[in-house]
Amino acid sequence: MFDLQSFLNELWIARWAVLFGLGTTVAISALAIVFGSIVGTLVGLALTYGGRFLRLAVRAYTDFVRGTPVLVLVLASYYVMSTVGINLTPFQAGVLALAVFCSSHVGEIVRGALQAIPKGQMEAAKAIGLTFRQTFLWVLLPQALRQILPTWVNTAAEMVKASTLLSVIGVSELLLRTQEIISRNFLSLEFYFFAGALYFVINFGIELFGKYVERKTAVAGQG
Amino acid sequence: MSSLLEIQGLHKRFGTTEVLKGVDCAVRQSEVVAIIGSSGSGKTTLLRCINMLEDFQAGRIVLDGEEIGYETRDGVRRRKSEKEIARQRALTGMAFQQFNLFPHLTAAENVMLGLVKLKRMSRDEARTLAMRWLDRVGLAERADHFPGQLSGGQQQRVAIARAIAMQPKLMLFDEVTSALDPELVGEVLQVIKGLAADGMTMMLVTHEMRFAHEVAGRVIFMNGGVIGEEGNPKKMFLAPQTERLAEFLKSSSFN
Ligand SMILES: Nc1ncnc2c1ncn2[C@@H]1O[C@H](COP(=O)(O)OP(=O)(O)O)[C@@H](O)[C@H]1O
Ligand SMILES: [Mg+2]
Repeated sequence: MFDLQSFLNELWIARWAVLFGLGTTVAISALAIVFGSIVGTLVGLALTYGGRFLRLAVRAYTDFVRGTPVLVLVLASYYVMSTVGINLTPFQAGVLALAVFCSSHVGEIVRGALQAIPKGQMEAAKAIGLTFRQTFLWVLLPQALRQILPTWVNTAAEMVKASTLLSVIGVSELLLRTQEIISRNFLSLEFYFFAGALYFVINFGIELFGKYVERKTAVAGQG
Repeated sequence: MSSLLEIQGLHKRFGTTEVLKGVDCAVRQSEVVAIIGSSGSGKTTLLRCINMLEDFQAGRIVLDGEEIGYETRDGVRRRKSEKEIARQRALTGMAFQQFNLFPHLTAAENVMLGLVKLKRMSRDEARTLAMRWLDRVGLAERADHFPGQLSGGQQQRVAIARAIAMQPKLMLFDEVTSALDPELVGEVLQVIKGLAADGMTMMLVTHEMRFAHEVAGRVIFMNGGVIGEEGNPKKMFLAPQTERLAEFLKSSSFN
């Protein structure tokens, strides 16, 4: 039986735990998405414009990461990094694993979008005298962005969902906090549902952000 | 009489195929040179080498006293730095067959980009200058349209405005009317004629023989990667010296 009164009561008691969990989830996801997108953009650039050796190396990186379950990446960045002398907190290890995962996906998205831009765009920019950096910033990226955005939103949402895996290395993100709360009050249905709703809200926010940027970058005269 | 552009022994290979097999030519200040020749003879490649859109394996291109793209030190030929090549590319302007306007920018913004990013103008200054050039190609009232909202002829005129706004020493036109519907060709040729009358130095690859005859001071006939024949248009078109040119002229309609 769903008892709203007792759920609200328990929620009030657990309010700080829920908030901290939510904050941790948002922080981890945001950091992973930001770093992953920056590195991913470089990955996409390397895959599209890099020399043969660089392309091969970066291709190996993305294929390896994409072929590995995220949970394995999470465990590896926590347990394996320490064996080579890099001691990361669970939070840091979690951000690293998700950022790496994110970068390989964003890299593919960026590569696809850049390769879809006609060669003439780069040549026209060169002919004016723009350097590669200027060409990328002012000619290629704005055009690629419109193709990147919808898929990028999906990837960002995937990162938020994947952040739940960090509970296995003891990061007190929303899911782990929720489980702790439930172990005290046994309101599993209510609290899992509530946590689910919070994840939905985060991802809905990402989607709104994506729509907003899409509107901002829309161009007249283009289908 | 010194030349603005001097090309000596230009050789260009794509892999193992040699496309330019030793091109020598010179262009004087304010001269208009038309380049004709059958498809695959190396006309586009020649222009692209001058603008360093293609690397080349041997020869020298000197523009206004500057060697383009390469330098030779201690007997070793080296490609210049990317930054230096970018600067040199701005010395020449290029208009392409496919216009290549930036689709996410308005006509005015297309013209402004180089002015703001390279000439370091403020947006206001750049806008004023862009409007002047758009007016010059007859498109001032289309300044805030995106390329997708313009006809092919209008797009090509914007592309020409974008190139000349950078005040290049030399303009390169590569078959700028071949992608246009016949009724739009005239407006673009008109713009080029105006620039020629203003004393702009230019090399233009064209299939419009009548136009070449009208506007060019000299015609170069490319044939199999070398200059087959060159001279003033009247002599070239009326009394071709080589069998090849005579054949080419016969096969191309003089419309
Ligand atoms: N990027 C390229 N790679 C390989 N071959 C090319 C490339 N561009 C042009 N070519 C070859 O070079 C020759 C000259 O081409 P081009 O300069 O475009 O001729 P034109 O403009 O006179 O028609 C052609 O045989 C063409 O196939
Ligand atoms: Mg050509």
